[in-house]
Amino acid sequence: MYTKKRCVAMLLAGGQGSRLYALTKNVAKPAVPYGGKYRLIDFPLSNCTNSGIDTVGVLTQYQPLVLNEYIGNGQPWDLDKMNGGVHVLPPYETQAGASWYEGTANAIYQNMRFIERYDPEYVVVLGGDHIYKMDYSKMVDFHVANNADCTISVIDVPRSEASRFGIMICDENNKVTDFVEKPKEPKSTLASMGIYVFSWDKLRKYLIENENEANAKRDAGQPWSKDFGKDIITSMLRDGQRLYAYEFEGYWKDVGTLDSLWEANMDLLSPSVPLDLYDPSWKIYSRNSNMPPQYIGDNANIENSMISEGSEIDGTVDFSILFSGVTIEEGATVNYSIVMPGTVIKSGAVIEYAIVGSDSVIESGAHIGKSPEQVENRDDWGIAVVGHNVTVSENKVVEPKQIIGESI
Amino acid sequence: MSVNYNVLGLIFASMHDSYVSELTKQRTMGSIPFGGRYRLIDFPLSNMVNSSVAEVGVITKSNYGSLLDHLGSGRDWDLARKKGGLHLLPPYSQTGGIYKGRLDALNNIWSFVEHSNAKYVILSNCDIVANIDFNPVLRQHIDTGADITLIHSRCYYDSEKASCATLLKFDEENHLADVLVDPQISGECSMWLEMMIVTKDFLKSIVFDAASRNLSSFTREILQGRRDEFKILGYEHKDFFTRIDSVQSYYLANMLLLDSEKRSALFKKHLPVYTKIGDNGPAKYGLESKVSNSLIADGCIIEGTVENSILFRGVKVGKGSVVKNSVLLQSTAVGSKCSISSVITDKNVVISNEKVLTGSESYPLYISKDGKI
Repeated sequence: MYTKKRCVAMLLAGGQGSRLYALTKNVAKPAVPYGGKYRLIDFPLSNCTNSGIDTVGVLTQYQPLVLNEYIGNGQPWDLDKMNGGVHVLPPYETQAGASWYEGTANAIYQNMRFIERYDPEYVVVLGGDHIYKMDYSKMVDFHVANNADCTISVIDVPRSEASRFGIMICDENNKVTDFVEKPKEPKSTLASMGIYVFSWDKLRKYLIENENEANAKRDAGQPWSKDFGKDIITSMLRDGQRLYAYEFEGYWKDVGTLDSLWEANMDLLSPSVPLDLYDPSWKIYSRNSNMPPQYIGDNANIENSMISEGSEIDGTVDFSILFSGVTIEEGATVNYSIVMPGTVIKSGAVIEYAIVGSDSVIESGAHIGKSPEQVENRDDWGIAVVGHNVTVSENKVVEPKQIIGESI
Repeated sequence: MSVNYNVLGLIFASMHDSYVSELTKQRTMGSIPFGGRYRLIDFPLSNMVNSSVAEVGVITKSNYGSLLDHLGSGRDWDLARKKGGLHLLPPYSQTGGIYKGRLDALNNIWSFVEHSNAKYVILSNCDIVANIDFNPVLRQHIDTGADITLIHSRCYYDSEKASCATLLKFDEENHLADVLVDPQISGECSMWLEMMIVTKDFLKSIVFDAASRNLSSFTREILQGRRDEFKILGYEHKDFFTRIDSVQSYYLANMLLLDSEKRSALFKKHLPVYTKIGDNGPAKYGLESKVSNSLIADGCIIEGTVENSILFRGVKVGKGSVVKNSVLLQSTAVGSKCSISSVITDKNVVISNEKVLTGSESYPLYISKDGKI
């Protein structure tokens, strides 16, 4: 017996996140650590809970071990419900055979039975790799008020960046008239945030249509795809369905690349960035590591940084984000960097403009990254990255832009 | 074995509330905040969970609202269970009113103990902070066939500074030979950590016997009165412990955690201390913040100077303020340009800009809950 839910959320968490390289070698992108004590998926899951959405399907595919373990029964997000709650939905085998998720639309198509159990009016489709706080219930209200078939949340981006996004062209009532994926010459600056509200009957219809059409094309040897932006939205526009753009005002950051992941962390240290992790009315929940408070030693020198539980800091930390259980020894320096859980930075090591993955060891005298000023040609500069469970031995140097996935 | 149904845990959450009457005005011993993010009951409760104890009863007395709020269903200690789990035991005495001593309390809750299939009972108070694995104690208790195994530690006892401690003496065969309560002596001794393992059937016999004679004090009637009749042995805990018996010792016990050896003795990776999850953001250090030798919990926002202090979750220290040798409990807000030294602020204390508060290390200034200065 399943009670009817007004809204079910489907969270697309199967992507590989290949542009995060060493950081997603063994973990799915939504499980990548962020912000001192979170993982990326904490943001959409917490947003769901805070928005009153208590039924969430998480579609996983790539390297799901850490992500599955992290989500568990959903209790940290209050999503351990008798009816509803969070459910991890991996690809599965049927009598007709087994197939991986063949695109974002196909992932939801394969889990239509999950959605139908709750007989929802609306389905909210979310990504697992964006940092933002958003009340989805307001977006659903907007969807209902416009009698829309699909509502896409958009954010106004600088014109110079618009060609990186899916761009919505709207009329004066926010009705979407056209959609262009990564246009060379953007006609609007309203970028899709990858957050959709669909009326379930409409989504269902288009998922089935897309599936059948794409399979027919495949059988005929033609190019095919089963994708939300590319196929579902395009078909709905073609058929004159009511698509609306919901303009979001607030902090939103795509963390698809190493640079943007680093920036999104640094944003937390900027007083001008409107992402408040300390607002008791909209907490971002995470699975807790049960560690004692952080200890700051006699020799520590910490400014403008965020540090989490279980860390022991006796070195110099400036403009950095340190996760739980990090050790910074006396005489070590960490500037403009992110150090993920359980990592040890030994005395005399220097970390600058870098991301160091979890449970790694940076031996003394090692030097990771450089500041942009120290690099002659600005094009040679970028974030230095050390992956998870990596040892960088004494006096080794990791240059800007270098990515270290194995111990050196 | 990952779950041991053979042992039942019992925690006296309100024993010795009167020692720290300032801190227990609106709470009970077990819910006194400690060590930046914990409550005192987290230590005995985590010790039991880490020792595979599957079922724990918490015996309350008065002012237990904050304790109930903290424990909830027991989920954060992994004790929200169908089989076993956490049980909150209300304080009423069968003879009317609130129970008097440990034996009376046990008599009241005996039906809870009776229903358990456990053969042994681990009992603990909340006023002694230690990280103890009860498994070796239990093994010794079973191997020796003792009626009672008392857990004790060697320490330097100074009657001037401690109150109401129970000191034990064991003979060469580890049998309890002498028990002194609150003695006027000073020197090296074995102090009872008010933790023990008792065989359940034996516990039942002494609890029922005491009830029939209207006796309530376990220490006086059993340990002192009848120690020759029973097999009462000792188990020495050779690791760190600290006892809270006054506001000053509470202050010093918190300060002990700034010592890395003591901290690692209390917070062991394989025996974690669990507590209610607060879902605070990480601690944030502002421009010009200066922090040294301090324990800082999540959710703190520090823009000033903090030295030799313990900051609980969500404490704010404003620009230009200096906090030294202080213990600031949850959500204390220190404004800008304040000077705070040797102070304990209880929860939600607000100190407005440019205030100067000075206590002394032997007599820290205590500011009560929700106080505004």
